Amino acid sequence: MTEHDITLTVNGAEHDLTVEARTLLVHALRDELGYTGTNVGCESSLCGACTVRMDGEAVKSCTALAVQADGAEIRTVEDLGTRHDFHPIQEGFQEEHGLQCGYCTPGMMMTALDILEENPDPTREEIREGLEGNLCRCTGYQNIVNAVQNAAKEMQPAAVADGGESDDDPTPATDGGEEL
Amino acid sequence: MFPDGFDYYEASSVSEAIDLMAEHAGAETELLAGGHSLLPAMKSGLSSPDVLIDIGDVEALHGVTADGDTLGIGAMTTYSDFIGEDASEEHAPALYHAVRQVGDTQVRNRGTVGGNIAHADPASDLPGAALASDATIVVTGPDGERRVSADDFFFGMYATDIGPDELVTRVEVPSAADAVGAYAKKPSPSSGYAMVGVCVQATVDGGTVQSARVGANGVMDRGVRLEGVEDALAGASLDEATIDAAADRATEGLDTAMMMSDLQASAEFREQLVGTYTRRALERVLDRTPTPAAAD
Ligand SMILES: Cc1cc2nc3c(=O)[nH]c(=O)nc-3n(C[C@H](O)[C@H](O)[C@H](O)COP(=O)(O)OP(=O)(O)OC[C@H]3O[C@@H](n4cnc5c(N)ncnc54)[C@H](O)[C@@H]3O)c2cc1C
Ligand code: FES
Ligand code: FES
Repeated sequence: MTEHDITLTVNGAEHDLTVEARTLLVHALRDELGYTGTNVGCESSLCGACTVRMDGEAVKSCTALAVQADGAEIRTVEDLGTRHDFHPIQEGFQEEHGLQCGYCTPGMMMTALDILEENPDPTREEIREGLEGNLCRCTGYQNIVNAVQNAAKEMQPAAVADGGESDDDPTPATDGGEEL
Repeated sequence: MFPDGFDYYEASSVSEAIDLMAEHAGAETELLAGGHSLLPAMKSGLSSPDVLIDIGDVEALHGVTADGDTLGIGAMTTYSDFIGEDASEEHAPALYHAVRQVGDTQVRNRGTVGGNIAHADPASDLPGAALASDATIVVTGPDGERRVSADDFFFGMYATDIGPDELVTRVEVPSAADAVGAYAKKPSPSSGYAMVGVCVQATVDGGTVQSARVGANGVMDRGVRLEGVEDALAGASLDEATIDAAADRATEGLDTAMMMSDLQASAEFREQLVGTYTRRALERVLDRTPTPAAAD
C-alpha cells in the first residue's frame, strides 16, 4: 500500500501533502486540506455534490484518486466569490432561489461554471443537459435552471467582449437535446 | 465507500506501462485510465486490485489525429476532448454521436474512449459505435502492436481480445466524411447506461443507401452488429418504408434466448426496444441526410 507525496494547487494556493494511494480527491480536499465547501453526497459517482474543477474541467472528486490529481489546479466553490462580492453564479442562485437545503449547491455551481465557460448563452435545454450529473432533492431543478440563465445574462458582456456572438448563429453548438 | 488499499504506479510511456504490467504479473493488476468504471467498482468492493498502473499521463495516448484516410484516437482521449475536435464529427460521425451520449458532463470530462472499449461493459455506449464505424483497436504488448477489427475484439461481458500483458493504445476509424451517423439510446433511469442503444453509420447517395453498418449495445453480452438491419438498408432508398422494413429485422440472427435480462428490462422487453431504437436511429440518419436536390 504505497504512500505518495503530491502537490495540489487549490484555489491558487499550492499544498504539498502525503496521501495513501487509495485516498480520494474529495477526502484530500476536505479532510487533509480543510476545503469543506465541497460536499460528499452519494459517494458513488452519481449525485455530483462533490464536483470541483480540475485543470479547468468539472469532475466528481469522489471518483478521482488524489494521486491522479498530483500537479493539478483544483478550483472549489470557496473560490467563486465572497459573502460581500458574489460571483454571478452565486448571485443567480440567490436571485432565483436556486437552493433550499443547499447541499447540492457547491457541485451545481462548479458544473454551471463549466457549462457557461463552454457556452456563454445556453438554452434551458442545454443547461439541463449540462447539469445531468448533478442531483437535487429539494428544488425540482426549475429554479436552478433559472439561476444559471440569470448568471449567463450577468456574465454575457464579458463573453461578447471575448467575441462570443452567440445570438445570430442558427445552428446550435450542441444538438444533444434531440439525441436523447 | 473507500477503495481497499493497493500499490499505485504511474507510467510515463507505453513501454513503461508494459514493463510495469510484466513486473507485477503475479499480482492482481489493473490499468487506471479515466477511472470511471474502475474506481466505482473498487469503492463498492466489486474489485480489489493489488496494483494500479496509471496511464493517465502517457502523452502519446492522448489526442485525435486525422490523416485523411483514418481518424486515430489515443486510448486516453477523454470523451470531452474527442467531442471538442472538429475532425471527430467529420470523420467518425457514428462514434461522435455515441460519445456525446455517454454519462454526464463530469463523466465525459474524465472517462476515456480507450477505457470504454477495453472495459467492454455490455451496457456501455461505445462498443456498438466501434462496430458501426468499422473501427480497428490497436493493442500493444511486449511484442509490439496488433491491430484487431472491432468485429473480432469483443468476446463477451467485460471480455475482449486484450491479453494480460497488453493495453489498448489507439482506436482507428476509417474516415467516413461522406457518411451520416446517429445513435439512439434508451438510458437506464438510474445509471444512465444503455438499456439498449443502436448506432448507425450510413453512406447515402442520391437517396440510396450505398452502405450501412449498425451496432447495438445493451442487447447481448457484448456489442453486436444488427445484420438484418444492414441487409435491409443496403441498396434500398432511404425512406419510411425502408426504415420500417429494417426495424422489423432488428433482432434477426440474434439468439433471443441469450439476450440481456435484468431488473430494469426483461429480454422480451429488450427485444422490442431494439426494434424501436433501430427505427429512431434510422429516422435521425434520414433527418441528417442532405436531400438529393440539395446535395451536389
Ligand atoms: C455516473 C457514471 C455514469 C456513466 N454512464 C455511462 C454511459 O452512459 N455510457 C457509457 O458507455 N459509460 C458510462 N460510464 C462509464 C464511463 O464511460 C467509463 O469512463 C468507461 O466505461 C471506462 O473508461 P475509463 O477511462 O474511465 O476506464 P477505467 O475505469 O480507468 O478502466 C476500466 C477498465 O478498463 C481497463 N482499461 C482502461 N484503459 C485501458 C487500456 N487503454 N487498455 C487496456 N485496458 C484498459 C482498466 O484496467 C479497467 O479494468 C459511466 C460512469 C459513471 C461513473
Ligand atoms: S459524492 Fe461524488 S458524485 Fe455523489
Ligand atoms: S437544494 Fe437541497 S439538494 Fe439541492
